[in-house]
Amino acid sequence: MSWLPVYPLIIPVMTAVLSYLFRNSPAGRWISVVGTVALLLASSMLMSEVLEEGVVVAQMSNWAAPFGITLAADLLGGVMVVITAITGLATVIYSLSEIPARLERLGFHALLQTLLFGVCGAFLTGDLFNLYVWFEVMLISSFGLLVLGGSREQLDGGIKYVTLNLVSTIMFLSGIALLYGVTGTLNMADLHLAVREVEDTGLLTTIAIMFLVAFGVKAALFPLFFWLPASYHTPPVAVSAIFAGLLTKVGVYALIRTFTLIFDQDVGYTHTIMLWMAVITMVTGVLGAAAMNDFRRILSFHIISQIGYMVLGLALYTPLGLMGAVFYLVHHIIVKANLFFVAGVAKRIAGSTDLSRIGGLYAHAPLLAFLFLIPAFSLAGFPPLSGFWAKYVVVKAALDLEMWVVAALSLAVGLLTIFSMTKIWGAAFWPDHPDGIKPRLSSLPIGDRVALMLPIVALAALTCIIGLFPEPFVQFAERAAQQLLDPTDYVTTVLGVRP
Amino acid sequence: MELLLAITIGVLVAASVYLMLDRNVLRFVFGLVLLSNAVNLLIFGSGRLTAGAPPLIDEGAYAPTGLVANALPQALVLTAIVIGFGLLAFALALVYRTYMTLGTVNTDEMRVAEPVADAKEAGQ
Repeated sequence: MSWLPVYPLIIPVMTAVLSYLFRNSPAGRWISVVGTVALLLASSMLMSEVLEEGVVVAQMSNWAAPFGITLAADLLGGVMVVITAITGLATVIYSLSEIPARLERLGFHALLQTLLFGVCGAFLTGDLFNLYVWFEVMLISSFGLLVLGGSREQLDGGIKYVTLNLVSTIMFLSGIALLYGVTGTLNMADLHLAVREVEDTGLLTTIAIMFLVAFGVKAALFPLFFWLPASYHTPPVAVSAIFAGLLTKVGVYALIRTFTLIFDQDVGYTHTIMLWMAVITMVTGVLGAAAMNDFRRILSFHIISQIGYMVLGLALYTPLGLMGAVFYLVHHIIVKANLFFVAGVAKRIAGSTDLSRIGGLYAHAPLLAFLFLIPAFSLAGFPPLSGFWAKYVVVKAALDLEMWVVAALSLAVGLLTIFSMTKIWGAAFWPDHPDGIKPRLSSLPIGDRVALMLPIVALAALTCIIGLFPEPFVQFAERAAQQLLDPTDYVTTVLGVRP
Repeated sequence: MELLLAITIGVLVAASVYLMLDRNVLRFVFGLVLLSNAVNLLIFGSGRLTAGAPPLIDEGAYAPTGLVANALPQALVLTAIVIGFGLLAFALALVYRTYMTLGTVNTDEMRVAEPVADAKEAGQ
C-alpha cells in the first residue's frame, strides 16, 4: 500500500478549508497558490512512482479490494492528475489578477480547490460508486464557480448547466445501480472480471449505453452537448479556462476508463455508436464555432469539436487510436486553457470578447498575438506543435482501419478550425480597434501583467516542448494505451492477486 | 415484491419525465427530485429484496449467521440521498435567484447568455 495516491486528494481539500478561513485577507489567495504548488509536487511524485513501479494502489483503512475504497493510479490516471495540477496552478496564478476581491470574499479559491479535489479524485478512484461521488464533488463546486457573482448571464447559463448535468448524473447513478444488480460488485478491477461471467450480454450492452449517455453529457458529445456553449462563456475567464481545460476531459477520461476496463464485451456495437457520435461531434462543434462571433463562444464550440477527436481515438479501439486519445487529452487541456487565458487578456486590454467590438491587438500587443498563435495553431494541428502529433496519430489510426470517410472528415474539421481561428485573428488582432483604443499590455499594472502572462507563457512553452520533442510523450501515450487495452497489471495490483 | 417495486420506479420515472419536459424550470427541478428518488429505489432493488434479518454481527463473531439483508445498497442509497439533497437544495436556490434576477422561470425566455439576435444572424 502506498500513500502517494492519497496526497493529491488531501492537499486540495486542506487548501480549500484554509483558503476559505482566510478568504477575507490576501493570505487566502496565497494559501491557494502554495497549495496548488504542493499539489503539483505530490502529483509529480505519484507520476514518477507510476512510471517506475507500474500501477500504484492505495486501499483505504486496509480494507482489501473489492470490499474497501480503492485509489489506483495507472499511467493515464497519473498523467491526468499531473495535468490537473498544472492547469490548476495556471488558473490560480491567473486569477490573482482576474478575480476581484469581492469574489474572493465569497470563497472563490475554496471552490476552485474543491474542484481540483473532485477532479483528482475522479482520476484516481478505482471504484465506480466513488467515481459518482467524485463527479458530484466536482459538479457542486463547478456550479458554485459558474454562478459566483450572480450576473444575469451567469444565472442564465448556470440554469442550463446545472439542470442538464444533474440529469446526466442521475443517469450515471442508475447505470451503476443496474451494473451492481447484474454483477454484484462496483470495484472497477473486480468488474473487469465480473462482466465476463455475465450470461445476459444484451443487458450489459444496455447498461453500457446508459454510461455512454451519462458520460457523453459530461464530455459534451453530440447530441448531448447543448449545455456547454450555453454556459462556458459566462463566468470569469479564469473559471472558463479551467472548465474548458478540465471538466469535459473528466467525462472523456471516464469514457476511456469504463469502455476499456468494463464494457469491452460488445465492442462492435458500443464503439460503433461512439464512433459516429464522435464524428458528428467534431463536425457540429466546428460548424458552431464558425457561426459564432464572440472570442470565448468560438472557443467553447471548439472544445466540443476537439472532444470528438479524443472519443474517436477511443472508438477506433486500436492501440494507435487509444494512444491518440491519450495524447490528445493531455495536449488539449493545455492548449484550450491557454486560449481562454489569451481571450481573457484580450478582454482586459481591449474591453470585450465580442469580436466586432475589439481590434488592434496585433499592432499594440504583439507579444499577446504571438502567444495566441501558438495554441491556436496547435489546436488546428499545425506542425511542429503538439496538436499536429495528436491529430496525426488519430487520423493514422483511422486510416489503418481503412475508414476513409472518418479520416477525411477529421482533416476537414482541422481546416474549419483554422477558418474560425482566422476569424478571431481577422477581427481581434489584425484591424484597428473600432473605438480607436490602443490595447497595450503596458496599460496593465506590472503585478497584473505578470499574473496574467505567466500562465500563458508557461502553457505555450509546454505546447512547444511537446511539439518539438514529441518522442517521450508519444512513447508514454503508447505505454498508457497498452495498459488500457490489457489491464491485467491494473486488475492484479488492485485485487492483490499476483499470477 | 420486485414487481411492485419495478412498477413504482416506472411510474416515478414517467411522472418525472413528464415534469422535466415542461418549460417551467421549477417543474423541471421537481421532476429531478422524483427521478433521483426513483433511482434510489432502483439501487435498493438491484441489491435484491430478501426477507432476511438485519445485517448485524453477534458479539465475538466475525460474520453474521443465517440469512441477512444486503447492507451495501442501503449504504449506497444513503450516500445518494445525501448528495441528491445537497444538489437539489442548490438547484432550488439557483432557480429562486434566477427568478429574482431574470424575472422568469420559462426556459424559452432565458436567452441572456445566448441572445436570440445571434441565432437569427447565424441562421441567415
